[in-house]
Amino acid sequence: MEEVDVEPTTTPIPGFDSNQKHLGFVWGPGDILVYETIYKASGGSAGGCPFVHEVRKDEDIYSPILRKLFNESHHIFVGLQRIREDLPSKNKKPQFVSISKNYRSVIRACMEELQQVAVSTQDAALATQYGNQVSILLAVELIWNLCEVLFIDAAPAGSLVLHLLDWVRLHKADVDEKAREVLASESPAEHQAYWDVVISYVLQGRMDEARQVLVKQAALQPAARVMFKLLDNLLMKMPIFNPGETQTLTEFDVKWRHWREEVDHCLQDQSFASNRHLEDICKILVGDEDVLLEYKELLSTWYHFLVTRLLFSHPTVKPTELHYYAQSSMHMFLDTRSVPEPLDSILLAAFEFDIHQVIKDCSIALNNWWFVGHLTDLLDHCKLLQSHNLHFGSNLREFLLLEYASGLFTHHSLWQLAVDYFDHCPEFGRVYLELQIERVPLDTERKALKVIRICEQRQMTEQVRSICKIMAKKALRNNRLGSALSWSIRAKDAAFATLISERFLQDYCAKGTFSDLDLIDNLGPAMLLSDRLTFLGKYREFHRLYGEKRFSDAAKLLLSLMTAKIAPHSFWMTLLTDALPLLEQKEVIFSADQTHELMFCLEELTSGKSVPTPDRPMQDEDIETTKIELLRLALARNLAMAIVKEGTVEV
Amino acid sequence: MMEGINAKYVSQKISKTRWRPVSSSSLQQPDIFATGSWDNEDNKISIWSIGENGISGVDDEFEGDPQLVCEHKHNGDVLDLQFLDQDRIVTASSTGAVIIFRHHHNSQTLSVSQLWERAHHYPCDNAPCTGIVCNSPEIVTVGEDGRIILFRADQEGVLRTIENADSSTIHDVTFLRTTEILTVNSIGQLKIWDFRQQGNEPSQILSLTGDRVPLHCVDRHPNQQHIVATGGQDGMLCIWDVRQGNMPFSLMEAHSAEMWEVHFHPSNPDHLFSCSEDGSLLHWETSSNSDTPSFLQGGRNTSIVSRSAIAPAGGNQSLISSWLTGDSCKGRLETTHMLPSQTLSVNSLDVLGQCLVCGTDGEAIYVNRRVPI
Repeated sequence: MEEVDVEPTTTPIPGFDSNQKHLGFVWGPGDILVYETIYKASGGSAGGCPFVHEVRKDEDIYSPILRKLFNESHHIFVGLQRIREDLPSKNKKPQFVSISKNYRSVIRACMEELQQVAVSTQDAALATQYGNQVSILLAVELIWNLCEVLFIDAAPAGSLVLHLLDWVRLHKADVDEKAREVLASESPAEHQAYWDVVISYVLQGRMDEARQVLVKQAALQPAARVMFKLLDNLLMKMPIFNPGETQTLTEFDVKWRHWREEVDHCLQDQSFASNRHLEDICKILVGDEDVLLEYKELLSTWYHFLVTRLLFSHPTVKPTELHYYAQSSMHMFLDTRSVPEPLDSILLAAFEFDIHQVIKDCSIALNNWWFVGHLTDLLDHCKLLQSHNLHFGSNLREFLLLEYASGLFTHHSLWQLAVDYFDHCPEFGRVYLELQIERVPLDTERKALKVIRICEQRQMTEQVRSICKIMAKKALRNNRLGSALSWSIRAKDAAFATLISERFLQDYCAKGTFSDLDLIDNLGPAMLLSDRLTFLGKYREFHRLYGEKRFSDAAKLLLSLMTAKIAPHSFWMTLLTDALPLLEQKEVIFSADQTHELMFCLEELTSGKSVPTPDRPMQDEDIETTKIELLRLALARNLAMAIVKEGTVEV
Repeated sequence: MMEGINAKYVSQKISKTRWRPVSSSSLQQPDIFATGSWDNEDNKISIWSIGENGISGVDDEFEGDPQLVCEHKHNGDVLDLQFLDQDRIVTASSTGAVIIFRHHHNSQTLSVSQLWERAHHYPCDNAPCTGIVCNSPEIVTVGEDGRIILFRADQEGVLRTIENADSSTIHDVTFLRTTEILTVNSIGQLKIWDFRQQGNEPSQILSLTGDRVPLHCVDRHPNQQHIVATGGQDGMLCIWDVRQGNMPFSLMEAHSAEMWEVHFHPSNPDHLFSCSEDGSLLHWETSSNSDTPSFLQGGRNTSIVSRSAIAPAGGNQSLISSWLTGDSCKGRLETTHMLPSQTLSVNSLDVLGQCLVCGTDGEAIYVNRRVPI
């Protein structure tokens, strides 16, 4: 097993003393269940505490503001997956860059909202928590932005420095604030932060702004006008590479060197000797590292130092050369005693173009898979990740997305987002989804319908059937036979439909009437789902026909129920008993043939009941025998009448 | 049409959205709407405002970004939500409770005004209350327990219960007349109930012959009381004339998954809106010259053309449904997708005046203030 890079954090469980008792635990999908065992630390056992604690690693998905991050990024993720594969890569790069920017703007929006809440909340603990989340998001956005510049946009030499400059400027916004403060004051040139502002602008390569602020100072010192004019000139003439123009890199390089020589010349001439600040600026312009390091506080980070250094010493740096400068900048800037923070090693790995190291370090440093999952997915789409298989079979992108989505699935509400992530994991996504979707708690029909729809869209028939069965059982338990039937129809579950029909028939036998007539009368084609259900429908139809006094139709139906074997044997007695009133009518309803068939049915029924069983009470026996005898009598009489009627010739 | 329809992410899955009614005399557009959430450990009802005092200006996108006014905890999922009047909101809960909230305008807070705890229930379990319709002060609710209950706001007890009105879940209810309601259930039946009659039988039952597809939503035409639209599990939109027997007037393929809500526009009934589990919100518009909208002309002269102004990414655009006979087309029905791209299920929509609001399972609310009607 690999070495752990950081010390694991300890989470105390409230009410538990680890010196007293042993702790038991079991892993869940995103958390651990922890309980106190009866075993004492010193051996022996004693009564335990009845509580089970749930320890969650990832608090973020429960934060209401961060939830927006998950939802919005899900939207972007789905859009990204839908970009068509067949377009050539060079057309897709701007799209990928724009998607990357979308992700980043979502992070920023979240960050701003968190910042507002952190400032306005009264609760100190909450404010700290929000503050922590803000700083994590800041770091995340910083890393993402750098990855976008280096990997996705993949700026070549020349533009590379410009993009890096933008990157640094975006993450060092306090310069503008300070500048505003200084310029708003009564006498800007005498403000104590004045030179800080000017130098910060220069360090960030913002020459125009620097010049504007310098003018204030120039106005104050008319005697030094020439000096200020000279510096202003140098700042104005600094060449900036313009990728759009026809100027090649080499031409730019020549121009730049020429300009640098001019600045150097001014330095040698001692033109700025009288003003320390102006001289420092000049030294910065030639890329004097010692002077740059003097302004550590203004630079505040080693990567700012790196970019400034590149701007003034190697503006045509190639991407492959970056890592050398990055390492040296970090060493020069940071105290040799201080341990590099996780963020620093991640950025360094990025400058070294070691994507895998970046992802690995981020996975360790952050407590949920959101960032690495989405970033890796985007990089994978840009075809930047070599597909090397991990020990567990799937590739890196899929592994991270699966982990992220599994974490989402534990959330009571965000599980719906996870479904789309699983969809886009070709190897294991489906299996994960199948296992997880069955465990979503179903409190209402509406939720069950949504879950079933998800399963149906993915042809997960097993899961559909199992969920419908759960809902049907629940309905049946509450005596909602119509609901139960509608669930069985959805699952095409013939067995359950049979069960429901049995219930109806039992109710009928017990009460003598049908309950839920609205359901049985209007079954429609659903009737064909199960034999028993068909019987139920037809039987009800028989009763309706009888009620409407359409006796011959009723009789035909009744007979067909028995002869076509739709009716279960157990019900035949009831059917024959239902036939009695028809047989007893004055008018002959059953024809001779039909009567023969009825008799046949009766014989079939009674032949199985020849031996009287000792445990049946005598009364039941009597009732049975009486019924059979009545039937036989009625059938015989009907047969006689039928033969007579059919034999009669109308004169 | 789709300018200025942006998502506002609200960290809760929205199950219902409703505009607060504006008085018919004023020509104002609605500016307040309520939402209910579902599937949260702590569900809420919230009141939002898109009033003019937001960050307005030249940039249309920021105008009318919904701002939260107040919210209140809700026990159970909000399965339906209706405004009883300007101050009170009735909600149907998955615990079976029916709750009236009062919105206090001066303090901008919500409080529970009345609560019927287990209005819908099973003998032991909870039965969610699934639908509400109000005609102040009367409230009719329906639930998974198959009961229809009539309440009166401000009265403690229940006015009337129709026990075992349905053996399956009743999903939605609407008033046909002041004393008549129509319910739809999960075995595809429309039942009309007359409160003037005693007893627990519907006065009429209508259903599609053929597969009994569960119906999820129903809405009555604002001006013509015998015309209702229903939508169900298969995403088909049906228009019924309840005076005529068992056949719907027209059947249109609308969505590829459950249709959750259907609404006629209250003042322009030639326009119909429907939203669905498949993430789309459709705007149906007739453009016939005759007085009756074409989907009420018995479908003989209707051809349906789908036109989506911004194609949903990867979505299916064709909704052509062939209809019978060779009569010349007197009317045309056009449908438009109203959301810019594929989203998770759109659970609810409401339309009033020129404003449309809808809520999705992607925890987003969309507001469109320039619906072309």
